[in-house]
Amino acid sequence: MDAPLRLIASNPLDQLARTLEALLVVASAPLSVQELSDAADDDPERVEAALGLVRERYAEGRSGIVVEHVAGGWAFRSAREAAQACARLFEKPAQRNLSQAALETLAIVAYLGPCSRPDVARIRGVSADSAVANLVERGLITESGRDDAAGGAIRYRTTPLFERVFGLESLSQLPRLDDVGADAEQIRERLHEVAEKRSA
Amino acid sequence: MIVRELELDLDAFEGPFDLLLTLVLKDELDLREVDVAGIVLAFIERLAARDELDLESCGEFLVLISALLELKARGLFPEEAAELAELEPEAAAEELARRLAEYRRMKSAAAWLRERLETEGARYFRLGPAPLAPKVETPLGPQEPERLAQVIRMLAVDPPEVSMAHMALRFPPVTQFLERFRSVLRRRSRFDFDQEVRELPRIEQAVAFLALLELRRSGEITIDQPAPFAPIRIARAGKDSSDQDERTTAWTLRSA
Repeated sequence: MDAPLRLIASNPLDQLARTLEALLVVASAPLSVQELSDAADDDPERVEAALGLVRERYAEGRSGIVVEHVAGGWAFRSAREAAQACARLFEKPAQRNLSQAALETLAIVAYLGPCSRPDVARIRGVSADSAVANLVERGLITESGRDDAAGGAIRYRTTPLFERVFGLESLSQLPRLDDVGADAEQIRERLHEVAEKRSA
Repeated sequence: MIVRELELDLDAFEGPFDLLLTLVLKDELDLREVDVAGIVLAFIERLAARDELDLESCGEFLVLISALLELKARGLFPEEAAELAELEPEAAAEELARRLAEYRRMKSAAAWLRERLETEGARYFRLGPAPLAPKVETPLGPQEPERLAQVIRMLAVDPPEVSMAHMALRFPPVTQFLERFRSVLRRRSRFDFDQEVRELPRIEQAVAFLALLELRRSGEITIDQPAPFAPIRIARAGKDSSDQDERTTAWTLRSA
């Protein structure tokens, strides 16, 4: 008869950790601690502790499967070292051939969302219709209500898939964009010069 | 170098500049989709490839591209054109700087995302719709077929006919009131219309009034109303209606 590994068997949370593994392998989207604890019918704090065991076991470099905290939950993914093999077998439809226009639109929706197509067009200077439709089709953004103004344009926000594709725990992991401040100052000065010449 | 023959390879369009202009002017190509900077780049590359500076083509290009830019700007911000025109040059520059800075921020955010996509590209994960949650079943209690049949039988009965009586107004015939008033006038030489019809529903009062008009037309009665909304007095026509005993008069008439 196969005996469980001694190291794991000695931990009182082992049974719960194995249940969590089972839940994560069945899931097709990240599971939150609350969802895991509901499904495992156990205390959220014990689930957190058991997740520690699972993370240890499925750490990058230890296994072909890696558990990660992404899009507000926990999920299994492939190890990076297996990427080439995976690429031979699977497509990545959500992020394949993302154009510059699509990425800029995605950035605007991620930072300023929920926002509408006119909002995106205002910032990028070109119509956002096709870029937005493309991102919706990929499942990276989704509709999220309407503008309050009359005629209420549809607003968009990023999806959990977006966070997953970009490996973000949540949108708050996006970097701050204040570091372009100097650039803006330069632009302003140059424009002021032009304005002075014109009014002179 | 001929500007109109400039070959373009943009996201929204591929072909000579001339064709692009034609399509835009015919509204067959949405200018909002066209990357004007891309056209400028193509022109500058072409210019750089030659050693000499062709001022004539530069001038022509400048005119065409600025017209294109203006068209595009109008297309993008139709409602803002007036708003921006009213700004002082300084304020307009400030507004423009704000917008450019915002666009730069978003461009750098897009660059970060692109970088992130590359570093995170080695992660593969399962994608798919979430499996369905188990259905909550509400079990039925034990049932008797006889009771079911009984209930179905109840449902199989024809529904009661709905009465439409209230839908149509019923007008009593005018003749009914003609008779009635004539008989009143046989007993009394005069009467008060309002008093006579007080008990009747509104629609019958209206018909009664029509009967009055009918009697008036045939000269059987006279109608008198001292003031608007005052009681309408009816009197037998042709007779001097004195205050004698009406009953006696009526009797006399009848027996005559």
